[in-house]
Amino acid sequence: MPYRLLRFGLTRKHPEPRMFTRHDSLKSGYDVVIIGGGGHGLAAAYYLARDHGIRNVAVLEKGYIGGGNTGRNTTIIRSNYLTPEGVKFYDESVRLWQDLGEDFDLNLFYSTRGHYTLAHTDSAMRTMRWRAEVNTHYGVRSEAVDAAFVKRGIPMIDMSCGGHAPILGALFHEPGAIARHDAVAWGYGRGADRRGVEIHQQTEVTGICLRGGRVVGVDTNRGSIATSRVLCAVAGFTPRVLDMVDLHTPIYVHPLQAMVSEPVKPWLDPIIVSGSLHVYVSQSARGELVMGASLDPYELHHTRSTLDFAEGLSAHMLDMFPFLSDVNVNRQWAGLADMTPDFAPIMGVTPVEGFFLDAGWGTWGFKATPVCGKSMSHTVATGRNHTLLEGFTMDRFARYQLTGEKGAASVGH
Amino acid sequence: MKIMTCPLNGPRPVSEFAYGGEVRHSPDADTCSDAEWSAYVFNRSGSPGVKYEWWCHIASGFWFIALRDTTRDMVIATYAAEMARQPPQPQGRTN
Repeated sequence: MPYRLLRFGLTRKHPEPRMFTRHDSLKSGYDVVIIGGGGHGLAAAYYLARDHGIRNVAVLEKGYIGGGNTGRNTTIIRSNYLTPEGVKFYDESVRLWQDLGEDFDLNLFYSTRGHYTLAHTDSAMRTMRWRAEVNTHYGVRSEAVDAAFVKRGIPMIDMSCGGHAPILGALFHEPGAIARHDAVAWGYGRGADRRGVEIHQQTEVTGICLRGGRVVGVDTNRGSIATSRVLCAVAGFTPRVLDMVDLHTPIYVHPLQAMVSEPVKPWLDPIIVSGSLHVYVSQSARGELVMGASLDPYELHHTRSTLDFAEGLSAHMLDMFPFLSDVNVNRQWAGLADMTPDFAPIMGVTPVEGFFLDAGWGTWGFKATPVCGKSMSHTVATGRNHTLLEGFTMDRFARYQLTGEKGAASVGH
Repeated sequence: MKIMTCPLNGPRPVSEFAYGGEVRHSPDADTCSDAEWSAYVFNRSGSPGVKYEWWCHIASGFWFIALRDTTRDMVIATYAAEMARQPPQPQGRTN
């Protein structure tokens, strides 16, 4: 054991600065209370303090920061969406990602890999061309490519996919990237903490106090707080928080599972997604293959893992990469995905004054972390929806104006 | 949850079943307001709890109702839809 680590373990005073300050008690009131210390909540706190000068902010997290979906996703960042609203939103996010590491003074292991969405049928090829056109129109680098291009980019792939799903082409999205997901939560957390934001872990919100349709406070397991503005960024726990303010939304919760293999030598540079085979995979900086598939098929508020999932995903991985048959699976886990009927998020102001929502992120929230933080902090600071949130507001359902992003979900959920 | 008891076919592996969503009652389309109708079309009870749900045994195409705890992934009871007039009562919500 290195001497430095031993000294660190034996001392009562931590000689190294911690990532963020531990606060023993809650204050009696804050300008803004953010429920949920994941990437989205911490990013909103960071931008509130940095760009809007609102520093009297508390982030309440019932577990530990980044322990929810921020630490459970497969870390893919892309902006090759289908609707103009989606493309603009995620493209802004990809731009923010690129200099985030410098902003934080923390290595996020942001690694641009290129992103292939494989097409195994003519109709999938048609969707890829459609997405490429929409993307190009908004200045996002995406192109529909043929099978020879795919083979050059991923030489190890079996182009026939075991003979039953031959690859006809793909949507190639050059800026597609991966990043170290928990560093994102830590980076935002540390940045917010240094600017005066208080992060309270192990603090569960048990109720939200309303008076005359306005937010006046929050009850927690560590006491009550007065506040006039609450931002809810709790992913799979959103319906439970919405019950506290009696708001009804289309959000429903299904688990989404993922797994990693044991580390192997680097052989897979790009990120591969196949909608037909229900697989997305990339190789992490540590050499593990990070793999995900579609949602579990029924509603559940539990993060259990299933053998069905591991078997199904492994079989499809072997269709594409038969030589992996000797590689072991190391870990398997699940997160709770808050789904919406149109596969677009629900964000912005709500009918309850002072209650702001950043939810419905389902299976695709990690890549949007910076832009969500930025646009939600603007919305909370001004009380009005940021222009990028157009198309994602809660009232779109009553107007039947859905923002259909299902075609751009990575796999057919 | 690995085994589900189909009211028609008995205990079967859960992979033979498809989830059909919560049992819901539509408002009268002729008399309800636009807001009530859009709320019926889109909104769901997303919180965890003990819920009545439609399930289908795919192999036999048989639709039935299951009373399921969505927090613990446990089926409490299953029964054919004809019995819906006197369904078993949930033992309170679990949060």
